[in-house]
Amino acid sequence: MASRTFPLTLPTALLCSGCTGWQSALDPHAIQAARLEHLIWLFVAVCTVIWVTVTVVLVVALLRRRTPSTHNDTRMTRVVSAAVVATAVIITGLTIVSFNATRGMGSSDANALEIRVRGYQWWWEVTYLDARADQVFTTANELHLPVGRTVHLQLAAADVIHSFWVPNLTGKQDLIPGRDNTLSFTPGEIGVYRGQCAEFCGLQHAHMALLVIVESAGSFEHWRRGQLGPAATPRGAEEKTGKAVFENKACASCHNIQGSSASGTVGPDLTHLASRRYIASGLLQTNRGSIAAWVADPQTLKPGNNMPRVTLDASELNALSAYLASLQ
Amino acid sequence: MSDSGNPPVSDAQLERPELESRLAATWRTPGGLWGVLSTVDHKIIGRRYIVTAFVFLALGGVLALLMRLQLSSSERRVLSTDWYNQVFTMHGANMMFLFAVPVMEAMAIYLLPLMVGTRNIAFPRLNAFSYWLYLAGGVMLWTAFALNMAPDVGWFAYVPLSGPQFGAGKRADIWAQMITFTEVSALAVAIEIVVTVLKQRAPGMTLQRIPLFVWSMLVTAFLVILAMPTIMIASTSLILDRLVGTHFFNPSEGGDVLLWQHLFWFFGHPEVYIIFLPAVGMVSTLVATFAGRPVFGYLAMVLALISTGVLAFGLWVHHMFVVGLPRVGESFFTISSMSIAIPAGVQVFCWLATLWDGRLSFRVPLLFVIAFLITFVMGGLTGVMVASVPLDTQVHDTYFVVAHFHYVLIGGAVFPLVGAIYYWFPKMSGRLMSERLGRWVVGLLFAGFNLTFFPMHILGLMGMPRRIYTYSPEMHWDTLNLFSSVSATIVAAGFLLFFVDVIRSWRHGPLAPENPWGAATLEWATTSPPPSYNFPRVPVVGSAQPLWDERDSVAVACGLRVDRRELLITSVVSAQPQARDSSPRNSIWPFFAALASTLMLISSIFTPWAMVWGSVPVLITLVGWFWPKGTPEDEG
Repeated sequence: MASRTFPLTLPTALLCSGCTGWQSALDPHAIQAARLEHLIWLFVAVCTVIWVTVTVVLVVALLRRRTPSTHNDTRMTRVVSAAVVATAVIITGLTIVSFNATRGMGSSDANALEIRVRGYQWWWEVTYLDARADQVFTTANELHLPVGRTVHLQLAAADVIHSFWVPNLTGKQDLIPGRDNTLSFTPGEIGVYRGQCAEFCGLQHAHMALLVIVESAGSFEHWRRGQLGPAATPRGAEEKTGKAVFENKACASCHNIQGSSASGTVGPDLTHLASRRYIASGLLQTNRGSIAAWVADPQTLKPGNNMPRVTLDASELNALSAYLASLQ
Repeated sequence: MSDSGNPPVSDAQLERPELESRLAATWRTPGGLWGVLSTVDHKIIGRRYIVTAFVFLALGGVLALLMRLQLSSSERRVLSTDWYNQVFTMHGANMMFLFAVPVMEAMAIYLLPLMVGTRNIAFPRLNAFSYWLYLAGGVMLWTAFALNMAPDVGWFAYVPLSGPQFGAGKRADIWAQMITFTEVSALAVAIEIVVTVLKQRAPGMTLQRIPLFVWSMLVTAFLVILAMPTIMIASTSLILDRLVGTHFFNPSEGGDVLLWQHLFWFFGHPEVYIIFLPAVGMVSTLVATFAGRPVFGYLAMVLALISTGVLAFGLWVHHMFVVGLPRVGESFFTISSMSIAIPAGVQVFCWLATLWDGRLSFRVPLLFVIAFLITFVMGGLTGVMVASVPLDTQVHDTYFVVAHFHYVLIGGAVFPLVGAIYYWFPKMSGRLMSERLGRWVVGLLFAGFNLTFFPMHILGLMGMPRRIYTYSPEMHWDTLNLFSSVSATIVAAGFLLFFVDVIRSWRHGPLAPENPWGAATLEWATTSPPPSYNFPRVPVVGSAQPLWDERDSVAVACGLRVDRRELLITSVVSAQPQARDSSPRNSIWPFFAALASTLMLISSIFTPWAMVWGSVPVLITLVGWFWPKGTPEDEG
């Protein structure tokens, strides 16, 4: 966009060396985010010109040499009126541009991927919908999307208001109890993008991230088939013990693992926990160590979250983390 | 003071020295604790209000520094998440409800009667009551904070988070009753302002001769009267949901979560103009005085104030662009939000024209105006950006918005306010503040503010949401946050220096001449600080700039009695004298009434029945307050 090279936005651009990022509105990877980025730079350019003009006039007004008999109210009236008209014209223009941008954002696609995202304090439940019940599956805190295919999100909230925001892909939309909101966008490039809850939702609002993995149609299909299946069967003795711990301790009353007796619905579905890159909604990268740390003391890592500390001895914790880390 | 027996004494019969001593005897505030608690002098109450509001500003500033410390780098553990949520909620609620709105009304309480040439504000006992109630609300909120039970749901207290199911303990109830305290007091002051401006102006001060600051406060007062009831309904419904088990905001029982947001922002957006419009009036006053000419385009300025006030009620939905409202509605609110740039533009252009044409005197207050213009215009322009629905979907609830509204509120309201304190300080104290320190204060605040808040625009675009107590180093937000946190200390230094200057100058500043800045408005037509009765004789106004056009001899009216408190009632449009009205004497009852109301409101946090038995003491104090005195109300 031409306005990006506008010299007055240069200081901003310099300060903004970190604009490229996995959670940045200025590093778009979908048509929607790209349109919004253009709109942002257009507004920035126009506003910068106005601000500089006003400041220059102010500085001249303050510093100019006063000569007697320069009072000329008629001329001042004319200049002020012109400036007001210019203001009206500019904001009318910006309103039209903004209106057009809104219209251009809507994407309806019969082939759109339907996903329901439900916000919980403080994690995201993600359900891939399908007309056929056996094609429906649930995961958490991670969306996999095929590149180039429009996705249609149904946004719902289980407790308080949350807001779905993945700036690299599109603008945000709130998840509100008692209301059904939707959001559509078409990811344009393969990559990993981060999103974060944008509406204050309580103690762990800061730790309510989600990851969007945009991949080729083939990889997506591979991942989808994997998610449809039940959890991996434990192989080693340690993992088998871990599964028993999970089923017999408090874990099973809140979490679901397909293919085990655990079928809780309060916490995230853990059927393919180890296939997800992070646990606890973006808090820790998934590995056996972080899983053990989390299970051992969730309230220190994420104070106030709804997972209680379950008393386990060292061998139980060890077995449990081995089992969970095996759930690819 | 009694009417029985003695014949009435009018000021027409008296020479100046005797007139002044008799007026002083009639209007004085007695010394001692009784005097402190019972005074109804608008100057004493106004000064109290201003000092209290600045104490809350300092406290809120400390909270801001705590937040900046917590966010200065990723994963700091200065504040726990629970404390952080209390701190940011307290910062917002304190700054909006205990500092910004009260301080603007406080300036009006002190200045308006002087600027319109009357002896006291209308309903002076209500004024005293409003101060005590405001103080009680502030003390309640900060006591709750000290007890680790401050609200933690944001200054906006969105349901369901603040509702009975998710807002545990008494925290959200304290937020809701703090609203009641501050809104009752703000409404009381607004009514006083409207009546003072419309009915107590000096003879001859027709509508087109009202000073712009007075106009701005009149518009503000109407905004308060129209906007505040909404938030009181909202907070009352919330407390009913929490304490009585109603379901106004419970979707599973037919309530609506978004109803809260509509009610809150129908108040919340005008709130911004309730803070900003008085500042606009201050800027107009300062610009006129230091440019040595009336503000260019008086009529345009007044119309801009009024149209801002009207438009303020048509754009609350721009706080709700991402809740999923119908497109058409959103577009309407984009247009209305953007169109408020027109009256704002009118005012900026008129000030620029005035500065262009005037003979400037670069004293500290004018420097604040310059800082204001540069900063506020930027805040206004980012306001145009967030008014665009699609653009807002990226920046809403991010640090971009944090930057935007601090540019508008600090740049647009606090800079003019501090400038106004430098300007009117000699009126209040009889002494000037330091010109040298003042220049440092401007410099530190201006530089510190921009360095602190400009980077937040970029942080917002880089994806940093508001109200997060920490962030991961993977986000690469560390550098800008650290920069912002370090710069915040410059702002703190600026305010510290300002407070030092105020405290030092109050006792040791150089004595101010009668009209130190050569201003045009009536408050400078009496001594500094003014006597309890404001003016020995009520001035008569013949132009919009009485002290410039009638330099040495402002005409005066006579005929008011001096043996009891009387002031002149004039007509709304042309300010023709209509009646002599008695003005209430000092009374302890407003203080007792405020105590009784405090007892009732605080108890109601714990049991709704407090509204029933708590109303008995309130009733008793009101009977005392309004007990007939036997003085005739007014005489034509």
